[in-house]
Amino acid sequence: MATPAFIIEDLACRRSGRVLFAGVELELSAGEAALATGRNGSGKSSLLRVVAGLLQPLTGRVLWQGEDARRAPDAFRAAMRYVGHADGLQPALTVFENLAFWAKLSGASAARPDMLAALAAVGLDDLADLPARILSAGQRRRLALARPIGTTTENPGLWLLDEPTVALDRPSVARIEAAIADFRAQGGIVIASTNAPLALPDAKPVDIDAHAPESALDPEIV
Amino acid sequence: MQGFGAALARDLLIARREGGEALLAVIFFVLGTVLFPLGVGPEAKLLAAVAAGLIWVMALLATLLALDRLFQADWRDGALELMALAPENLALIVAAKCLAHWLVTGLPMAIAAPLMALLLNLHIDGWPVLIAALLLGGPALSLIGAVCAALIVGARRGGVLMTLLALPLYIPTLIFGAGAVQAAIGGFDASGHLAIMAATTLASAALCPWAAAAALRQAME
Repeated sequence: MATPAFIIEDLACRRSGRVLFAGVELELSAGEAALATGRNGSGKSSLLRVVAGLLQPLTGRVLWQGEDARRAPDAFRAAMRYVGHADGLQPALTVFENLAFWAKLSGASAARPDMLAALAAVGLDDLADLPARILSAGQRRRLALARPIGTTTENPGLWLLDEPTVALDRPSVARIEAAIADFRAQGGIVIASTNAPLALPDAKPVDIDAHAPESALDPEIV
Repeated sequence: MQGFGAALARDLLIARREGGEALLAVIFFVLGTVLFPLGVGPEAKLLAAVAAGLIWVMALLATLLALDRLFQADWRDGALELMALAPENLALIVAAKCLAHWLVTGLPMAIAAPLMALLLNLHIDGWPVLIAALLLGGPALSLIGAVCAALIVGARRGGVLMTLLALPLYIPTLIFGAGAVQAAIGGFDASGHLAIMAATTLASAALCPWAAAAALRQAME
């Protein structure tokens, strides 16, 4: 049996002196997905930020293709696309220019047809030449989600999606689910964190609450 | 290097779209310099004596004015985190942002410098050296300022804090920049001053993007 492309080993995270979670383990092979759930403030976003490399883990490590992602970040960054709470959009640029910038920064093709295809996947292709400042919250979110769709070059790639469906209407959620399914069908790996409904068939559950130290769950102490 | 070009083109495009905001530093440089003759009087000899120093001080302050925006918007909207996660080295992206900052603020100030020199009655022998000094030393101001901007990113009242951090670091550039002009006016060779300014810019280009990138990564933790 092949070694899983993505492995989390004994991951723990501390924020502001408080241990949010400990002992998180996860193995994902090409085409697989995981869904992190838990209470507000339990550490779902922190888990994705630790995996992405934005936060130092308290213990544990993340392996990508058998290599420690922190020690050998180049291959990991080439494959990983992160969508956090903030959309990372520049209001003065058009929808197309925003996406094209991230494509160039990721080493992907920023050709207009490729960008329009990614925008079409989230239903924004007809707004490509409008400034991002006029987008609604849901449209901004969709543009942020077009980033992994339009800039992933590696196979397998890894998408880290933090609350991907926030502010999205039902048809938009369906579009995102379809894009994720398409990515997985091509061998992509997805880790999403949300408590909102999101269809991720056969996703491995990661219950962050189950990994919280007892004191974190005790309302008297919290 | 594709990321360097993309980051440079993006910041220049943003500056062009937000034209008024980008030119604020240059307008400050011109208006601030114009105020001095009104404040100290039209005595030509007095103005000529302080012209080189005044123009350099105004250039430093105008550079600072635009620097606190260098990372702030990208920090607020999460773009900076995405830049840190990109395959491209964050230091190269910082270097691109510094170059864009200089092209939008430092270069126009160097172009406007002869007008300021005329206004302050700076001896004509000092004009070429003033422009050369601003061209050679200006990038160092952006690069050194970027480290300070990275250190205060996300901080409240960061602009004031950045001024306190950056101004002491600008002193060598100020001394050699003004000194080069004074040397030229006095009939001395200013190439030593200019060489030191070029060296400062080169050293800043080699070190500051890495330092700023490290500070930004620390701020994201």
